Amino acid sequence: MTAPHTTSVEINGFSCRVWRMGSGPKLGFIAGFGGLPRSIPFLDRLAARRTVIVPSLPGFPGALGHNVLDNHLDWVLAVRQLLVASELDSADLAGSSIGASFAAEVAAIWPNAVRRLALIAPFGLFDEKDPPTDPWAQRGDAVPALMCAEPKNWARLKEPPAGANSPDWPIEQVRANEAAARAFWPLGNTRLEKRLPLITAPTLLLWGEQDRIMPRSYAARIAGAIKGKTKTAVIPAAGHLAELDQPDAVAAALLDWVDET
Amino acid sequence: MKLLWFHLMPYTELPADFRDKHPSVWVDIHSSLFDPKRAHLMYNDFMDELEYAAECGFDAVCVNEHHSNGYGLMPSPNLIATALARRTTDTAICVLGNSLALYNPPTRVAEEFAMIDCISGGRLIAGFPVGTPMDTCFAYGQNPSMLRERYLEAHDLVMRAWTERDTFAFNGRFNQQRYVNIWPRPIQTPHPPVWIPGGGSVETWQWCAAKDYVYCYLSYYGYKAGRATMEGFWNEMARLGKDRNPYRAGFLQFVGVAESRAQAMELYAEAAEYFYGRCLHVGGHFSQPPGYTSEATQRAGIESQVARAAGTAPPRYEDKFKLLAREMNDIVERGYVIIGSPDEVAEQLREVAVDLNVGHLMLLMQFGNMGKELTRYNTKLFAERVLPQMRDLFAGWEDRWWPRPMPADARAAVAPLRPQVTAAE
Repeated sequence: MTAPHTTSVEINGFSCRVWRMGSGPKLGFIAGFGGLPRSIPFLDRLAARRTVIVPSLPGFPGALGHNVLDNHLDWVLAVRQLLVASELDSADLAGSSIGASFAAEVAAIWPNAVRRLALIAPFGLFDEKDPPTDPWAQRGDAVPALMCAEPKNWARLKEPPAGANSPDWPIEQVRANEAAARAFWPLGNTRLEKRLPLITAPTLLLWGEQDRIMPRSYAARIAGAIKGKTKTAVIPAAGHLAELDQPDAVAAALLDWVDET
Repeated sequence: MKLLWFHLMPYTELPADFRDKHPSVWVDIHSSLFDPKRAHLMYNDFMDELEYAAECGFDAVCVNEHHSNGYGLMPSPNLIATALARRTTDTAICVLGNSLALYNPPTRVAEEFAMIDCISGGRLIAGFPVGTPMDTCFAYGQNPSMLRERYLEAHDLVMRAWTERDTFAFNGRFNQQRYVNIWPRPIQTPHPPVWIPGGGSVETWQWCAAKDYVYCYLSYYGYKAGRATMEGFWNEMARLGKDRNPYRAGFLQFVGVAESRAQAMELYAEAAEYFYGRCLHVGGHFSQPPGYTSEATQRAGIESQVARAAGTAPPRYEDKFKLLAREMNDIVERGYVIIGSPDEVAEQLREVAVDLNVGHLMLLMQFGNMGKELTRYNTKLFAERVLPQMRDLFAGWEDRWWPRPMPADARAAVAPLRPQVTAAE
């Protein structure tokens, strides 16, 4: 894997990490539940054809400042500022899980901010008849199999670097879960559904076939509500964070979508 | 010293196979296990027991708040406390307490506590717990990432509501109220004594010291497990330049008294094994919502893993349920429950009080499925033969954190509940 070029931007006075890799037209990616404590093969695949820019949301690995965000407006504004500061305004934008929810918000509220949109199993909706799994009421050892079809893919993302012995790493991982909780507790329902009709950007919806967090039935609800053109694809042998399980397939589907004219 | 009689109000009829068949006693415990008609009898027994403890001469009766919980049937301890205020005369009423972040607006707590203080003639001890993850984040849906900030702000709002003379606007981060002006207001001035039940976080100790509040360690694991926490508390007080006044602290202890240790083992084994075997069966997935534990406390926890491996640090919250002793011999051996003859119990409790330097000892004398008769026996025997042996402890210290009620002769005479029956007696 290529090490991303790392810079940081300041949002609400807190530093947020921004990764940049590859070349070509810009493509933003906002990571999902747990964030990105280290780079993943999926980003390399994207970087083969695009300049991939990966800003880290407040509180997620590499970034601080979640604890000054008290409501959804605070969060959405912080994400918008982060994207602008990362030079992603008007670029193609993809997100996964938590990140997909915020990507959808930005595309809904600032229609000119996103050229083409791709969402991997976004948070933000709640259907009583088909509820998402509660990602926070879990024992630690149950989480890998909820996030990925192959639990080792999550474990690999989260294992401390070789030789690291400080409390900083585990605290950073808990902080990422806390940041997600701060924005989405308790149901994951941010009423995103109300704003989906404002999305005019062409939108690709990707869902892991074995997503054990976010029900696949939500794909049709989301696609039906978005005003712009949509396409839905299910990724075989992938879980909630499909990009961890199937980097090639998810990257290919996403690149084809954003390169479509 | 002060001896307080504490009731958790456990549901006493959880099935014998509860731990095998049900995932948790808390949060999602199944409603089919709850029989309201049985609960009618339990509540009335429990309230009788609290009143009986007051009659027997305990310094205070204590109640607390839990939600969706099979071992704590008091979502609103204030209801019980109010009833106790009417059926007791001189005993302090200790509500330990109201989880401030759960009340919207938190002014509700200022009002209800003021009501209890008025009705009781100034006998209220006001407890302000943050609340457990199970109660606050899961049963009540509070955001774990904001819980402590909300708690601290709610505390400030309650304090201002109690102490400011004029109507004021509260412009908080989470609470905004244009007109704060509570009626009634507490009898005790500037406010009822404040006690903070908490875990072992340094931030809580520092906050108690800064505010001059009592810190209470309410562990179900007895004095042996509590020693490290209380040592940490007193070390922090020393570092902050606070005196070792034992009334700065409260500690919870299960107790079973009988004529002999052997008899106590026999009498209290079932209730203790019920409590530790069934009541503390809490689903581990509900114990660690992210953000509930501060990063400083997480850091201290990770750094003490070495100490934990060596057996000198207390177990983590989620581990406590796994490592629990569930057989009576172990329960007693580990000090969860102190049992024995009155003299043996007095000797052990004096040692606990001195060793932990705790002036407020909260005693659980009904626990698990203990019935009313045994509870009364335990309570009476303790009051008659243990309590007198404890009284002289810490006589040199002033308890600045105890209620200051109206003079007895100025307080309302509580009418007998059934005057015709009383007259006939």
